[in-house]
Amino acid sequence: MIQLDNLTKVFDTPKGAVTAADNISMEVPAGEICILLGPSGCGKTTTLKMINRIIRPSSGKVFINGEDTTGLDTQDLRRNIGYVIQQIGLFPNMTIEDNISVVPRLLGWDKTRYRERAREHMDMIALDPDAFLKRYPSELSGGQQQRIGVARALAADPPVMLMDEPFGAIDPINRAVIQDEFLKMQQELKKTIMFVSHDIDEAIKMGDSVAVFREGKLVQYSTPDDLLAAPQNDFVESFLGEDRALKRLNLVRVREVVSDDIGTVSPGDTLETALARIDDYGYQNAILVVNDKRQPVGLISRALARTTKGFCRDHLQNVSATVSLDDDLRKVASLMFAQDITWLPCVDAKGRVCGQITQRAMTHHLGSRFRPGTTDASSSHVATEE
Amino acid sequence: MELIQYALDNLDLLGARMLEHIALVGVAVGIATLTGVPIGIAITKNEKLAKGVLYAASIIVTIPSIALFGIMIPVLSLIGQGIGYLPAVIAVLLYSQLPIIRNTYTAINNVDPALREAARGVGMSQNQRLRMVEIPLAVPVIMAGVRTAVVLNIGVMAIAAYIGAGGLGTFISRGISQSDPRQLIAGAIAVSLLAIIVDFALLALQKRLTPLGMERAAETA
Repeated sequence: MIQLDNLTKVFDTPKGAVTAADNISMEVPAGEICILLGPSGCGKTTTLKMINRIIRPSSGKVFINGEDTTGLDTQDLRRNIGYVIQQIGLFPNMTIEDNISVVPRLLGWDKTRYRERAREHMDMIALDPDAFLKRYPSELSGGQQQRIGVARALAADPPVMLMDEPFGAIDPINRAVIQDEFLKMQQELKKTIMFVSHDIDEAIKMGDSVAVFREGKLVQYSTPDDLLAAPQNDFVESFLGEDRALKRLNLVRVREVVSDDIGTVSPGDTLETALARIDDYGYQNAILVVNDKRQPVGLISRALARTTKGFCRDHLQNVSATVSLDDDLRKVASLMFAQDITWLPCVDAKGRVCGQITQRAMTHHLGSRFRPGTTDASSSHVATEE
Repeated sequence: MELIQYALDNLDLLGARMLEHIALVGVAVGIATLTGVPIGIAITKNEKLAKGVLYAASIIVTIPSIALFGIMIPVLSLIGQGIGYLPAVIAVLLYSQLPIIRNTYTAINNVDPALREAARGVGMSQNQRLRMVEIPLAVPVIMAGVRTAVVLNIGVMAIAAYIGAGGLGTFISRGISQSDPRQLIAGAIAVSLLAIIVDFALLALQKRLTPLGMERAAETA
């Protein structure tokens, strides 16, 4: 757990005192990722760096797992906090092994222990220890280097990690891969993480919660879905972008919207039965045909059922797509748009039909909690200025 | 031909003088490295001080060596060392300060701020940062400063023959006073050769001292 209590930083500049972080109070529960989000100069990085005293706080306190860190020795404090920066900052004069082992060495671990740990961490970040441990940072790609950067931060198993735009300098394709890997790792490691980003999509993807900063103040602290559904003021809303409702598609899984009420026919049924069932369920276009294992085998369209006689199995049309329960709505929407359809059958892990998802259900789910932006400019102005 | 004959005839003497020369420069630059590197590191902490120190070191280099020897004679005569070994070593020691201090200062100051932050972030103390990161990264540039000092002062030391410090300069000074071009040219060539050879030797040393990871970085860059 990380708890910030009225953390404040005032910089003395030639133009006078500038408050970079103004009485920031927040709490990140143990095992969660909190994204500090905002435009540059909003105080998110200053706030992060006050936690491990890279920037010394002007006032306020930082608690880690309930313990006030104010009295702790700076070096001890930092050795117990994993730190990952955008520029990666691997030491070019050290091998990968030495880089990963640097904190354990500073902590005075036994050599065999930290070497073993380095190998474990290489496995965790999906790099072959034999191929990489003896190499130097300059011989690795940017993506590989930042994986090592993460491994270095994790080496002494700190309970807390601070990450300052860790994946910001990595190309978009590799970034997505590393983000996924990192989330997978986090599921096992359950570190308490503060993560600075200026990328709203990254924040939504990585964060259990998101803290939006503006001009040194914490403006909104909520879950990604709440943030997108109900931004607190105009600033947050405009920062999220006009397509914020669409961004929520990433956050909702099919299982939250799926309806298990789906009419089907089997290949042995007649087209007459199919038409009757289409009408029963009020389907516009077609009905799904499933085999005896409830796996989708085809579609019977309403037009065909109305005009033709015979058995379903002789008139099957292709099922254009199915979705699984763990897919997000973004994928569903994309499939619907691509195929010009308004519903998709859902299948479980064994490929059995377990329900359907409709465009109507999706828009209803998203719209039910969507709070339109404030139109009253004066009231929101007050909210940001206070 | 005459020159070669002279050199061959006096090979022993040339060798002895050359060793003397190397010893003088070696001792002086060695001490200069021991003082200059810590000074160079220390002044990275204070920009004003750094400016002052570098300015002073630059002024020292502008003093002609003959004049410097002249100034030292009355001062060092007080302890009976007005001429000879001691003033020669002191002069070289002073001249070496600028390249060594400046290169050390620049190299430590130019360590990537991201690396500095990473080093602080993993919990290194100031001394650990210097020892584990900053100095290893600065070594190539510091060594380049030492090389400059050595090559520069091999020339300066030749003039120290005039105050009786010995070394290869004795051939040159005698060549001039005895109007003997053989000695003069043999001495001059020996000084040049020495400078070139030592420069190469130190370059090899510099490469050995450069951390492997940085060498590989330079290759891929």
